[in-house]
Amino acid sequence: MLQNLILNIDAGTIDWSRAQFALTAIYHWLFVPLTLGLAVIMGIVETKYYLTKDEFWKTAAKFWQRLFGINFAMGVATGIILEFEFGTNWSNYSWFVGDIFGAPLAIEGIVAFFMESTFVAVMFFGWKKVSAGFHLASTWLTGLGATISAWWILVANAWMQYPVGCAFNPDTMRNEMVSFTDVALSPFAISKFCHTVTSAWIIGAIFCVGVCCWYLLKKQHTRLAVESMKIGAAVGLVASLLAGGTGHKSGMDVAEVQPMKLAAMEALYDGGTEVGLKLVEGIEVPYGLSIMATNDPKGYVPGINDILNGYTTNDGKVEPSVEEKMARGRQAIEALAAYRKAKAMGADEATLNAQLTILNANMQYFGYGYIQDKNDVVPPVAINFWAFRVMVGVGCLFILFFAVILAVSYRWPKFLFGKRDITALPAWHYWVAILLIPLGYIGSECGWLVAEFGRQPWTIQDMLPTWASVSDIQASNVAFTFFLFLILFTTMLVVEISILLKQIKKGPQS
Amino acid sequence: MTKNNFLYKVYHLYYDGFRSMKLGRTLWAIILIKLFVIFVVLKLFFFPNFLKQHAKGHEAEYVAKELIERKN
Repeated sequence: MLQNLILNIDAGTIDWSRAQFALTAIYHWLFVPLTLGLAVIMGIVETKYYLTKDEFWKTAAKFWQRLFGINFAMGVATGIILEFEFGTNWSNYSWFVGDIFGAPLAIEGIVAFFMESTFVAVMFFGWKKVSAGFHLASTWLTGLGATISAWWILVANAWMQYPVGCAFNPDTMRNEMVSFTDVALSPFAISKFCHTVTSAWIIGAIFCVGVCCWYLLKKQHTRLAVESMKIGAAVGLVASLLAGGTGHKSGMDVAEVQPMKLAAMEALYDGGTEVGLKLVEGIEVPYGLSIMATNDPKGYVPGINDILNGYTTNDGKVEPSVEEKMARGRQAIEALAAYRKAKAMGADEATLNAQLTILNANMQYFGYGYIQDKNDVVPPVAINFWAFRVMVGVGCLFILFFAVILAVSYRWPKFLFGKRDITALPAWHYWVAILLIPLGYIGSECGWLVAEFGRQPWTIQDMLPTWASVSDIQASNVAFTFFLFLILFTTMLVVEISILLKQIKKGPQS
Repeated sequence: MTKNNFLYKVYHLYYDGFRSMKLGRTLWAIILIKLFVIFVVLKLFFFPNFLKQHAKGHEAEYVAKELIERKN
């Protein structure tokens, strides 16, 4: 794909910039889901304390809050590096989207700072200083603050996948927000938020269950382990089912606005109606993909070749071929150049308006003007195909896993689990639960791989490809900071894991 | 300021909280080191604002030139 790179932008700059962004986002996403997930666990545990006034629950709440605090501290500001990368490696993109990103990211920063700095302090310092009710509210508001932060970040991400609520200004060369509501409440952002947050709750739940199983394996802190495991498994089961539902809605959104991503996820080259969902190559669920994409077993799903060559949907909507879009994209860029030249020369309104009319008529395909070969708009199929399967597979496994943990914990139904004692299972049962923690992270990261690899080559869907977005900088500079980050983030991760393990070994402290 | 004053209570919450931290001290040390590395080392030496350096106040013109010239 990158061999079509033009002018003096080194292909290595794009690859290193993409790799660096991916590395930063992947590491950042190791901290965030545990923060969001543990927030729910510690909130429920403290609610139990509030309702029962049993000191056991207070000790348990403090224990989970301690683990939350470690992860929270390690994750603080790791996301800000992504903004640095925008300014240095992706300056064209950064300028092009500036006004759209400004508002959500500013709100995110303010909300994160005020909510988290206030309520985290009350949660950790306020046990003997504020009422039990206020403390409980602060604990939930800490989690809510982190979740609201995630909302604004995902609004920004969703806009790149489905740019709405904006208009391109050829004078400032920026997309300007024309409807804050359309950006903030974009259906794509809502689906993405629901799916991402519910998947984060799964990470919190599997972490909680894994830690509890460690205690049961070591025969330590048994009551905390059993009671917390019930909460963790219940949160995990509900979250896994919700993630399945929100994932379906996300799939429908992708089918509508990013059909190429869906086709790549399914390695579907030639689409049609009544399309099956591949479990793996050669085995498929009849009608599955049509249902996933359209909620209709007879729904039309375009394949990669259909999208490249143009297609007509069941309801008669005609989608132009990529070559047509490339021609319209070139028209848009030429009109932009002509408009700016005419304006600089002091041309009259009619001349300017004529160019603006051409630009606006073709603006939705602006990014296609940078495409040389139509196959460049096909994202990496194998990565999307397998990452999607790992994500869904892990999600389905977790539904079963959390259901079994709950059943064994409550010994229900009796004929199946009546004689099982969750505290006296063979050791390998506990090891399975502990080893599922990294699997949860792999599933979660695969979700992001699908979201981000699936939209390649676009940094902004249909408007800007990576090679037009990147700055004209030396690849070696980006490569150097890539390895710098690799060392920095790995060190942080090792430090976090060692502190977490130390605190888990210490256990709850009354 | 009396001990019942709201501002005193807020001050005392933070003062007492920070003073009695154990694990928190380590975490704050890590946070401060990390913020120093991110905002002083990385931002200052490795992540300059590319447009500010190259466009010198004419960002729109610079980006327009880049985006128009990169057309295939």
